[in-house]
Amino acid sequence: MVELRDVAKAFDGSSPRQIFTGLSLRVEPGEYVAVVGASGVGKSTLLNTIAGLEAVDAGDVIVDGVDCAHLDDEARTTFRRDRMGFVFQAFHVLPYLSVAANVALPLALQGLHGEAADARVHAMLEAVGLGGREASAPRELSGGELQRVAIARALVHRPSLVLADEPTGNLDPQTARQIVALLRETVKASGAAAVLATHSRAVAASADRVYRLAKDGLHPTSAADIE
Amino acid sequence: MTGIAARMRLWGDAARWSAQRAVARAVTGGLREALRGRSLLAVVAIAFGVALGYAVELVNHAAVSELNADLAVLAGNADLEVRGPRSGFDEMLYPTIARDAGVAVASPVVEVGVKLRDHDEPLDVLGVDVFRAAQINPALVAVARERVDALRSDALFPSTGAAQWLGVDVGDSVIVQAGLHDVALRVAGRAGADRAGRYAVMDIAAVQDRFDRGGRLTRIDLRLRAGANAEAVQKRLQALLPPGVDVAPPSSSAQATTRFSRAYRVNLNVLALVALFTGAMLVYATQTLSAVRRRPQFALLRTLGLSRRRLVMWVIGEGAVLGAIGAGVGLATGYLIASMALARFGPDLGAGFFEAGAAKPAAEPLSILIFAALGIGAAVLASALPAREAARAAPAAALKAIDADVLLPAATNRIAWLLIGVGFGMAFLPSIDELPLFGYLAIALILTGGILAIPAAAQAALSRIRAPRALPLSLALAHLRATPGRFAAMLAAVVASVALMVSMAIMVTSFRQSLDDWLRVVLPADLYLRAGTDSAFLSPRDQQVIAAIPGVARAEFMRVTSIIVDPSRPRVVLLARDIDPHDAGARIALVGRDIVPAAGAPPPVWISEAVADMQHLTAGAAMTLPIGGRNVAFTVAGVFRDYARQQGSIVIERARYRALSGDDAVNEAALWLAQDASVAAVRDAIARYSGGRARIRAETPASLRDLSLATFDRTFAVTYALEAAAVIIGLVGLSAALAAQTLARSREFGMLRHVGMTRRQIEAMLAIEGAVLAAIGVAAGLIQGFAVSLILIHVVNRQSFHWGMSLHVPWLSLALLAVVLLVLATAVAAASARRATGIAAVRAVREDW
Repeated sequence: MVELRDVAKAFDGSSPRQIFTGLSLRVEPGEYVAVVGASGVGKSTLLNTIAGLEAVDAGDVIVDGVDCAHLDDEARTTFRRDRMGFVFQAFHVLPYLSVAANVALPLALQGLHGEAADARVHAMLEAVGLGGREASAPRELSGGELQRVAIARALVHRPSLVLADEPTGNLDPQTARQIVALLRETVKASGAAAVLATHSRAVAASADRVYRLAKDGLHPTSAADIE
Repeated sequence: MTGIAARMRLWGDAARWSAQRAVARAVTGGLREALRGRSLLAVVAIAFGVALGYAVELVNHAAVSELNADLAVLAGNADLEVRGPRSGFDEMLYPTIARDAGVAVASPVVEVGVKLRDHDEPLDVLGVDVFRAAQINPALVAVARERVDALRSDALFPSTGAAQWLGVDVGDSVIVQAGLHDVALRVAGRAGADRAGRYAVMDIAAVQDRFDRGGRLTRIDLRLRAGANAEAVQKRLQALLPPGVDVAPPSSSAQATTRFSRAYRVNLNVLALVALFTGAMLVYATQTLSAVRRRPQFALLRTLGLSRRRLVMWVIGEGAVLGAIGAGVGLATGYLIASMALARFGPDLGAGFFEAGAAKPAAEPLSILIFAALGIGAAVLASALPAREAARAAPAAALKAIDADVLLPAATNRIAWLLIGVGFGMAFLPSIDELPLFGYLAIALILTGGILAIPAAAQAALSRIRAPRALPLSLALAHLRATPGRFAAMLAAVVASVALMVSMAIMVTSFRQSLDDWLRVVLPADLYLRAGTDSAFLSPRDQQVIAAIPGVARAEFMRVTSIIVDPSRPRVVLLARDIDPHDAGARIALVGRDIVPAAGAPPPVWISEAVADMQHLTAGAAMTLPIGGRNVAFTVAGVFRDYARQQGSIVIERARYRALSGDDAVNEAALWLAQDASVAAVRDAIARYSGGRARIRAETPASLRDLSLATFDRTFAVTYALEAAAVIIGLVGLSAALAAQTLARSREFGMLRHVGMTRRQIEAMLAIEGAVLAAIGVAAGLIQGFAVSLILIHVVNRQSFHWGMSLHVPWLSLALLAVVLLVLATAVAAASARRATGIAAVRAVREDW
């Protein structure tokens, strides 16, 4: 379960900028939520805030009952490692690891190795349609396949929360549709909650709930309202 | 209509021009960016190599010009020069030569290295017949207030340079040593040349009389009659001359001297080229890593229509710009270094090959062009592979930026081992014109091949390591295994510089240890005496007195002189010493087998390695030596090591030399003391006898050894500094490459931070990568350095200087060097990792290319 209460975030620097204030959100386990908004509005910052990668200026961020703001960097990292999975627009698959090794990364970070890890990786790759491609190198894969690897990596360690940032931003429409369906299907199957940042109507349409991000917080909307 | 068409054509041209400018901006943006960072280091490295090379060239050029100018002054208008051994030849030859139909003027000269009371170095004094010298060589004519002074036996006429060196003026006295006695000479004027060369002139009879050269000449300068055929006269006179006396144009003696120092000069130039090689490796690393980083940009440009050929030209052009800047800076720096070196150390950089006055570097256009071309050429060559890599990358794949490694040609490893094999083969080839050109080529090939072999060799080694469970370690190894081309590029400069430092360290240690071993063999006595040069010697009576000094159990004496064995080379040192032919190894450092000539065979001589190499002789061979005006047959009884006399030396039994030459004086002595005798007491007794400690220098073997090793260390100090500079440049290059790569991988670290890798784990991963990289670099450098050291010891030194030496590896120093490099590289990697794992990396996962 994810709960954000009156969260505010601003960026310092040469031109200080208030990203959002008074932002509240509650996502129950198994819920699939999309956050939409124009480019630069702070969707990625919101995801980073939930992940504990960006500190908030005000408010609380509670994930699975834990207020991440009160954890040190080491503890936040461990928490993120165990409870969260990530899907990025640019895939971020390590080119020097095989497909299986990329998917196994979160397990290795948790200290899970050997046959048990291999079985989980194998099952996850089967689930995303990449069964038999364990030994392939990333350069041999298409964009859609790379995003499937990223989805497998996000779910292989059975997180309670999946954060996806523009997961179809680098894909053609047909591949994007397949990935949207796959992401929802696998996340739902895992029982995890998911928060997706997107400006894609198709991605938003796959969500249980859709919010528009603005400076004054999140406002409920629907995929149909997305231009 | 025509106007509209022309306008449209203009618009078309403008659009094309604008597009081309956009492309140019995109590509040169890389250059501008590069010049701000890592490439600056490559420019510095190129500048370092060019500066060293150009400085050495300027100094060499100044040295040879000075020497030739001095010799030209001393030779004057002579067409030919008769010269003999240092001990001279019979003056009765003079009338024979002077009467030759082709000779217009013959000017006899006696050259003596005179020992001075107040200076360690001797002064060359030339005894001349002032009337004849005036017709050939004004530089040897005394300029005196009273003309009759030129004929007085106590009158000395120093050159301007000698007067400055001695600090004397007209009217002052100069105390010189003749035998064991002081002689006061009066400065009566100047030698008539305005050059700074250091010599003095006296009346010929005075020199013969005062310095025991009665009836001897060392040189006769000849001016030929108008229309005389110089070659015919030379041939005719040569037939009249006894063995060991030669007639040749004066330029040949300059050639012999410059030839003698040539190997030293070429070696210095090669050392500079080595620095340039390190610079080229840095350019290679910079350009390769930059090409990988800009691969998507290049791919875009290729997609937009930039031809492969043009892209190659762009990347090579970038290299040329780096090379040109480096060469420009290097040339200016080289000129400054040369000016300072000439002012501080003189034209021979303190090597002692020849004596010359103040010299200034002369910037010759040809030299400037050559060194500029070397700097630019090195950078262009180093950019060729990266340019190929940039152009080869398939645009579609490159746009995805998924392949992290440098694309190496498939045949790289085969080419690498071929270069190494050919390099080792070349090490066995003989010198060309006495220069170890194949040795140098072998070193270049082995270094290049060694660097090209790193990717495959390292990948093979890394693949043998089982994947560890610790994530930082396993990720670090996975990254290194997958990117051999990239890390080989990063390591190129550091491998080259470490290899060169290691090779020089092994060579210098081997040389130093061999010198130490040699000193132990050649200094078996308790006390060594040296009277000095030509003018200072020990007569038979002196020898008797010294041998009879209380406390002296045994005395052995040695006459040091020199003879002409080959007219095209400097004189060879002849050491007439007390030596037992059945146990020669007790006095000289024999190498290889030695023999005792059979009964009836010519008597023995022992030759140094230099003479053995130059005359192609081994133990048992026959040779003739010009002694006492005739050729005498000898048997080479053995070859010995002589680090003191690079021009070569020959040992002959003193009794035999005395019988052949009639010369019974000696310059040096070795004393073995009685068990209860004190070194100090014997020294005092010698000083009392000779009238002062300066007249006969008495040194213990320990002090001679310390002095020799201190001189050795001083000579090689500059080399150490140059090597250290090369390694620092290489290491900074590696550090800069590591830092740049870390920054380039920030999105990777951002992803790893997202999925739960701690900053410490990422830092550990990068530190491990840095450590493994440094370990590979140091290991490759050590292996290549060892191989190169064998070539330096057994090929380059042997062929350049004819010095044999045994291999000694400074294990401790090398281990220390390896540890320092490992620690530094690891620390740099860890430091750059700390900068690369912050919030910027987290945000970088959003960045598109």
